[in-house]
Order: sequence, then C-alpha cells, then structure tokens
Amino acid sequence: MSLSYFIQQLLNGLSLGGAYALIAIGYTMVYGILRMINFAHGDEFMMAGYFMIYSIAVFPWFISIPIVIAATVVLGVLIERVAYRPLRNAPRMSVMISAIGVSYLLENLANYLFTAMPQSYPQIPILKYVYNFGDISVSRVTILAPVLTIVLTVLLVMLVNKTKLGMAMRACSKDQETAKIMGIRVDNVITMTFVIGCALAAVGSILYFTDRNTVQPYSGSLPGLKCFVAAVIGGIGNIPGAVVGGFIVGICQIAITAAGYSVFSDAFTFVLLFIILLVRPSGLFGEKAVDKV
Amino acid sequence: MKKKLMSLLLAGATVMSLVGCGSSSGGAASSDTSSASASTEGAAASASGDTVKIGIFEPKTGENGGGGAQEELGIEYANSVRPTVKVGGKEYTVQLDWQDNQSDKTVAATAAQKLISDGVVGVVGGYGSGVCIAAGSYFSDAKVPAIGTSCTNANVTLGNDYYFRTCYLDPFQGKVMANWAYDNGYKEVATIDNIGNEYTSGLVKTFTDAFTALGGTVKDAETFQTNESDFKAILTNIKKSGVKAVFAPTDYLYAPLLLNQAADLGLSVQWIAGDTWYSNVLIKDAGDNANGVVADTFYSEGGNADFDKGFKAWIDADSSRKATNLDSDAIVGNHAVAYDAYMVMLDAIESADSFDGTKIRDAIASMDASDGFACGPYKFDENGDAIKNTSYICVIKDGAWTFQSEEKVDN
Amino acid sequence: MKTSKKSIRIIADAVLVALVIGYLALLQSNTTAHSYAITIIERSCIYAVAAVSMNLIIGFTGQFSLGTAGFMCIGAYVTGIFTIPVKMRDQIYYLYGMADCIHDIKLPLIAALALSALLCGLIAAVIGWPVLRLKSDYLAIATLGFSEIVRAIFGWDGLGKITNASYGVSNIPPFANIFECVAICGVCILIMSLLIRSSYGRAFKAVRDDDVAAEAMGINLFRTKQLSFVVSSAFAGVAGGLLAVFMRSAVTSTFTVALTYNILLMVVLGGIGSVSGSIIGAFLVTGSQEWLRFLDKEYVFSDLIPGLSGTVFGSAQVPLLRNGFRMVIFSILLMVVVLFWNHGITGSKELSWARIISIPSVLRERKLRKAEEAKRREQEEAAARALEKEVRGQ
Repeated sequence: MSLSYFIQQLLNGLSLGGAYALIAIGYTMVYGILRMINFAHGDEFMMAGYFMIYSIAVFPWFISIPIVIAATVVLGVLIERVAYRPLRNAPRMSVMISAIGVSYLLENLANYLFTAMPQSYPQIPILKYVYNFGDISVSRVTILAPVLTIVLTVLLVMLVNKTKLGMAMRACSKDQETAKIMGIRVDNVITMTFVIGCALAAVGSILYFTDRNTVQPYSGSLPGLKCFVAAVIGGIGNIPGAVVGGFIVGICQIAITAAGYSVFSDAFTFVLLFIILLVRPSGLFGEKAVDKV
Repeated sequence: MKKKLMSLLLAGATVMSLVGCGSSSGGAASSDTSSASASTEGAAASASGDTVKIGIFEPKTGENGGGGAQEELGIEYANSVRPTVKVGGKEYTVQLDWQDNQSDKTVAATAAQKLISDGVVGVVGGYGSGVCIAAGSYFSDAKVPAIGTSCTNANVTLGNDYYFRTCYLDPFQGKVMANWAYDNGYKEVATIDNIGNEYTSGLVKTFTDAFTALGGTVKDAETFQTNESDFKAILTNIKKSGVKAVFAPTDYLYAPLLLNQAADLGLSVQWIAGDTWYSNVLIKDAGDNANGVVADTFYSEGGNADFDKGFKAWIDADSSRKATNLDSDAIVGNHAVAYDAYMVMLDAIESADSFDGTKIRDAIASMDASDGFACGPYKFDENGDAIKNTSYICVIKDGAWTFQSEEKVDN
Repeated sequence: MKTSKKSIRIIADAVLVALVIGYLALLQSNTTAHSYAITIIERSCIYAVAAVSMNLIIGFTGQFSLGTAGFMCIGAYVTGIFTIPVKMRDQIYYLYGMADCIHDIKLPLIAALALSALLCGLIAAVIGWPVLRLKSDYLAIATLGFSEIVRAIFGWDGLGKITNASYGVSNIPPFANIFECVAICGVCILIMSLLIRSSYGRAFKAVRDDDVAAEAMGINLFRTKQLSFVVSSAFAGVAGGLLAVFMRSAVTSTFTVALTYNILLMVVLGGIGSVSGSIIGAFLVTGSQEWLRFLDKEYVFSDLIPGLSGTVFGSAQVPLLRNGFRMVIFSILLMVVVLFWNHGITGSKELSWARIISIPSVLRERKLRKAEEAKRREQEEAAARALEKEVRGQ
C-alpha cells in the first residue's frame, strides 16, 4: 500500500466523516434535550439537498447557501411544532412513531414533489476546484469538510458553555421540570436546538451532496441512521463526541469499501453500534447515565 | 329475544357489508373505472367493443424511471403511428394499459398481475432485466405473451415461452465491448460491478470472460451496492491499479456520479459502458467529464431515416413529450427497441388473427418480418430472443453522442 | 340467557367464516379474472401476520423493536432456498453455482416455513440477550441496525453459493391456491392470539404497563421480553417466507427499513395492542394502497367530469394528482392518526361481536351524555348569570 493511496483514502474518509459529524450533532443535541431520536433529521438533510437544487437555479451560490440553511431551519422548526410539541407529555413510543411518521412523510413528499429520479446536485465551482499534490488529487470540498466541521464544532461548544442560551440548554437537558421552575422557557430552548441542528445539517448536506453529485428522496434515510449511530458512539448528548463518532463512522465506511467489502459498508456502522452498546453503553465520551426506571 | 335477533341481523349485515367491501375490491380489478375505458369483463384476455388492450410494463418511477420514460415515448409514438389492429376483418383501437413497475421487483409482480386481470392481450416492456425476470412467470402462467424492450439479461427469456425481446443479450453485448476494448489497445482494464443488479453483473461476467479469452487481463474488479452514491473509495483503488480503461456497465444513474467523482480524484481513464449509459441524461449531469465515454446501443440515429424523421416531428409537436425527452429530440436506442416491440406485438396479433395468447405467442415465435421497424428485421430464436448481430458503438464528443463504429459479433 | 348469547356468537362466527370461505372459493373459481383481488387478499393476509407479530412485541410487550424486516428477510431467503424446484436451481444460481450440500434438498412449503420460524426464533434468542436489555430508543436503533446487518449478510457475495447474494432467489413455486395462503396466515395469527390470551400474554402486558411492578409480582422481566421477542421474530420470519412465496422471489432490496415502517404504519393505524386492529390495519393499508392508485394518475378535468371536453377548463390538468400523491396522502393520514387519534381504529381493545353490536348503543349513549352535559352546562350558566344579575342588582 503506497502512502499516496493511503492519504487519498484517508481524505475520502475525512470528508465523508465531516459531513456525518455535522448531521450527528443535530441528533445528539435533540436527544440530549428531548430524549428522542429525531428520525426525520436525515430527511431534513435530504430536503436541504433539494432546496439547494432549486435555489441555485435562481440565485448565485453565495445567496443560495444562506437560503438553503434558512429553509432547512424553517422546515425543522415546523416539524418540531407540528409533530413533536403536541406529544411532549405522551409516552416515548408515540413520539418515536411520530418521528418515523415525519420521516415517511418527507420521503414521500420528496418523491411526489421532485420525483424519484435522482437529481443532479449543483456543482459550485469554488467548491469543486481540484488540487493536485503529486499522485493525490482532492477537490476543495474534500479538504473543506473536516476543517469546517471542526470550526463549527468549536463555535458550538463555546456557545453551549459560554452563553446564556447554552446554559439554558444544559439546564434543560439535565432536568426540564427544574429548568422550567427556574424561569427557562423550555419550548424556546427546544426550538433553538432544532434551529442549530438543522442549520448544521444544511451545511452538512452541502458538503455531502457536492461530493456525491446526486440527491434522491431516500438519500437521507440511511445516512441519517448512521449519523445517529455516530452520536451514540461518541456518547449521546456530547457534541465533540458526536463529531468524533461521525469521523469514525465515515473513515470506517471508506476503509471497508476500499477493502472490497462494500456490502458491509452500511452494516458495519451498526456492528460498531452493537459493540459500543455492549462494551460502553454511554459512548466514548458520554457520562455514565444514572437512569431510574 | 327480539333484541338479540336484531343484533344478530345487525351482525349479519355488518358481515355482508364487510364482504361486500371485499368483493368490490375484486370487482375493481375487472371494472377499473380509473383506466377510463370500456372495461373487459371475463377471464381470458379479450377485446370488448372495438378496443383491445395492450399492457405496458415499464418503470415510471424508481431508479430506472428515466429509461422507462424514454421507452414509453417510443411506445406512444408507435401507438400514434399505428393506433389500430385488424383481427377477423375488424379494426380494433389499441388501448395502452400503463402499469408502473417502479423499478422494484416486488411491485413488478403486482403490476404484472394487474395487467393480466385487466385483460391485456399482450405486454410490451420493460426497461431493466430484474423486474422482467420477476414478472415473467406471471405472464407465462397466464399465457400472455410479452415482448421485452431493453432487458438484456439472458434469464428474461430463458425457460419462459411467453417472453420475447427486441434487444440483444448481455453475452453478445459483453463480447462487443470486450472486442472494442481489446482492439483499441486496452489490454488491462478494471471493472465495476453493481452487486444485486442482474444487468450489470451479467455484463461484467460476460465481458470478463470474453476479454480474458482475447488475452486481456481484468486487473481490478470493484463492486458496489445498489443505491450507493459514494464511489471515491473504489475509484481510488482503480487509480492505484493504474489501468487505462474501466468497464462500468451500471444503471445510468450511477454514471454521472462515477464520472464526476473520478474527475475529482484525478482519475482519467477510458470509460466503457453498456447500452444504459447511452442517454442524454449523462451529458446533462456529467458535463465535460462525460466526454470520451464509450457505450454501445441498439440503434443509432441515422440508421433509419423514416423513423428518425417521424419520431422527431412527433416529439417536437408537444412540449411535454420534449420535456420527457430532456428537452431534446435526440433519439436513443430505447426509443427504437420500444417502438419495435410494439410493432412486433401488433404484427403478431394480425398474423395470428386472434386475441388468444397462445396463438399470438406462436405468431411471434415464427415471425420473420422486416418492414415497419426502426431497427429490424425481426426473427426470434428458440429462446425468444431477437436474432441480432449488430451493435452500434457511440462516443461522447463535445457534449453529444456521436456514432463511432458498427460492431458485429456472430453468436 | 348466557348460553344463548354464546350460541349467537358462535353462529355469527360461523356465518362469517362461511362467508369468507365462500368468497375465497368464488375468487379461486376463476383465478385469471380475479388475480388482482387474489393478489390484494394474499398480500394483506401476509402483512397481517407481520403486523400482528410486530404488535406482539411493540404493542403487547412495550418493547419498541424495529427488526421485523430483518427477520422477514431471513424467513424469505430460507423459505425460498428450500422450496425452489431442484431443476431450476442451476439457472437461478448461474453466477455462483449452488452449494452442493443444499442443492438437492427441497422441502414442502410448511416445512420450509417452520424452518424459517425456527431459525428466526433462534437468532432472536441470541441477539435478544444483549439487545433486550436496552431501553426504548436504543432498542429501536439496535434492532434497525440488526435488520440492516441481516440484509448485508444475505447480500454478501461470499455467501453467494447459498443465498445467491442480492440477486435473490427467484422462481419460488406459488401458493397452490388462495386457501393455502389464507389458512397459514390464519393459523399463525390464531397461535399468536392464543399466546396473548394465556398467562404469558398477561405477563407481556404487565411488563408493558409497569415493569417494576411486574418484577415485584415475580415476573422474570428478561425472560418475558425474550419470549415475546422470540415468538414475534419467528412469526415475522414466517411472514417473510410467505411474502417470498407470494412474490415468487426473495431479494434483499425488499427488506429495507421502509418495509418495517410500512408494517409499523399498519400496527399504528389499526391500534397498538390489538390483534384485530393489526389485521384491519394490514387489510386497510394494503387495500387502499391499491384502491387509491387513481391518486397517482394524471387527469385533465374532462376525464373526471363528462361534458367538459370541449371547454378550456376541460383540458386543464387536475391539480395535485400525479405520481406519488397516494403515498403523501398515506403519510399524512399516519401523522393525523399519531397526533390526533393515537388509539388507532380499534384502540387497544379487540374487535368482537359484542363491540360491533354495541357501537350504535355506545354512540347513542355518547350522544345522550353529550346532550345531558350541554344541558347541565346551560343550566349552570343560566344559574351563574342569574346570580350575577342578582349581585349586580344589589
């Protein structure tokens, strides 16, 4: 195995992992506060892909990107309002079924609105510029993905640890009832969580789809599940953990495919999940959860 | 007691209404109002009034929706050219019964049964070998003859007396492409196989066999799963292997992904593909990266001037048709084979002079006709495959498919 | 008094069964003409088995397991591999060649289904050991993951000699007649409902409603969950086998997460924790997916309203109706049920004659009660107004 081959594959893995990490953050934040798997998150990410296709047809890329982020955020907040908020006091299973229902709805809606035909994702020239270093060639987006992910994560961690909003978020994830008593508007905090999660998913979708050139109604469902696994691997509720988890999942997927076992590239993520759940159920960086029944 | 009697009656009524609902579902099969037609009642495929139904078994949606749409255009055009069929001295209007198999083998079975219970006399279609293999046994059990359009896998017609096809087969196609690659100086190639896709796997296998028989080597055999969109890992492997040509007979939807991602990785090779890549979608989606791609096709524009002229005029006459054809009036092989499949079916019905499935089947089997086709003549071998020995190799030059050479291989 | 009620119930049941058999016989009498109806009924029955098996673990035991598609995949492949005609095998396995050890083994359908059930039960017992200790969401994601792993294993070309990888097993012989399918499904559902009615079933419900209390009552939590999971998975395997026979092929691409969601839709629509609800849900979802097909077709107004063909309006496209709309309607329906009507059609109670008969009286009672309440409220309001007036007057 030559070094250039190794570096090339590593770069492939890092760029995939970066996109996964950004989506995984959305899962981990929502789970941290609401204790629910937002099954629809992967589909929000898919919708962000379609938003890009349609907005770039009208606007230049530097206007399209904020539009896509805004549209995804609106979609995510809308979903929270309509499908999750009314069930806040319902059994957990109902919330989960509702989330699956939203995922089902978004996929079918995309199928209806945009047809099941894969649509080609706009190639933003500034992202697609190819660098050549000897044998290795990488597009700008491949390098940008991990870098942007780390920058955004640092910003987000600062937000959570240093600002008032972050404090409210942490309070809500510890104990919602008490947070409410302390005067925190829990609903607003939850909305903000969805705003952040969706904005990151939109950025992730730009990185992911630019690299893959195609969007179809189901392109969000499996990556979505994998990113949740990434969040579990890192320790659910832990933002840097989710990022590390995302990179682990991305690099493993590339490694498995490169080794010729493409069949297992998706399944291996779940094998990782089993291993983590058996060996360290709280994830790599998660706190030991003391959970009463 | 009276109360109980009442309740029993009520229960009975509920049951009746339940069963009534059930049977209306059965009724819906034969008197499907949504097809906006004079429905056909009764068991056997039949013609009622003065219309006769021909089933169209194509994917409108799913991964092969684009290919299906192109074949539908071919069939619709054929129907506009020849809207009636004469049996027993009477003109019957041909009514097309569309069923979407959604590129899905499960749905394919349902779609096939829907066609059968609609009482179609014959079926035309479809695109994609997997769905045709899944539906084939339903057609043969019901004795409904079917003519495949671009399903090139051998197993579609093998062992099925009622399935025919107007295109050539994978073993033939594999040989053609292997010859082309070897003759053009590519002695070492890589292949990309889509596990689970009969079409791709069959072609890769026949190509590999033919290519090694010629003396070439397949240096790297890569695989991927259906619905994959990230090919960077396998393309990096191919780059490492240092081959100059890649044979990737995938469904067309993977084509732009492969080409664009290869460009990102700085992998510049000669791409060789099968008939599915011969599509204008590829040029639209892959842009400059598509230049140089070589694919074979059933029919190349310019092969039949009458067909070309008529089809182009028909496409240009309606903006929605043109939109379906990706805003162009370019003709691809799928249009031609679909057109021919429809024509073969109507010829067979007329020469059988009957709507009986077995008789139509026999008429197709013994057909030897050359007039009125886009890429004829048609004669079928004992498996039900059209005997063809010509394939058209085309290459993308400056953003357009251009004819390169004609390859003949004797089976 | 009591006996007569019982006998009426028996008579009603008998009438129902007779009518169903009569209807099936009618369909069977002309399979070509009724093939579409037969398709829908068989598919519904098979999904009913899958839905009841899912309900057993989700609705009755309260464990949110989403591994149904995975077990169905195992069942489908096992049934397929052992029932395809021996002489077809070389043609089907043309890429890999079938392994010698199983090449000549052909089982009758029932035996193949039993084998699927056994294998699925065994696998469920093994993976249940770690998985069932997880809490709701983790259980859901772990079982979903299991289902994907199963799909990958069956799609792996390394096992191609046995499974034919993701090309799948085709040419599986169909059901001899519609009765075979319906009867097998009926027996499966019957076994599961008997289990639910037994003391085991009560233990399941106890675990669902309050696992701490159940444990205090001496129920072995893990064993109970395990039993429910094993039985549920075994029957999911049978449903998968039946589906393979129905489709005459088993391919990994059928058994995706979407299939699990689809079955979940039936369970939720029918009513979580109700066998009859799941059956109704299965029939309703499968049936209406077919009946609502018109939503997927494009129409111009003159197609629907006769006499408009000459007008400008007539050639306009009916809005919304186009491919995919049917499934949108379905998903909206699911969301409505989840959000506003979370008991589904039957709620957690079973559908019975007594309940059907009592529907009018229940409705009447409800109406009466509402009227009474309104009256009372009116009176109260009037009284309050009077009081207010009095106070003001003073």
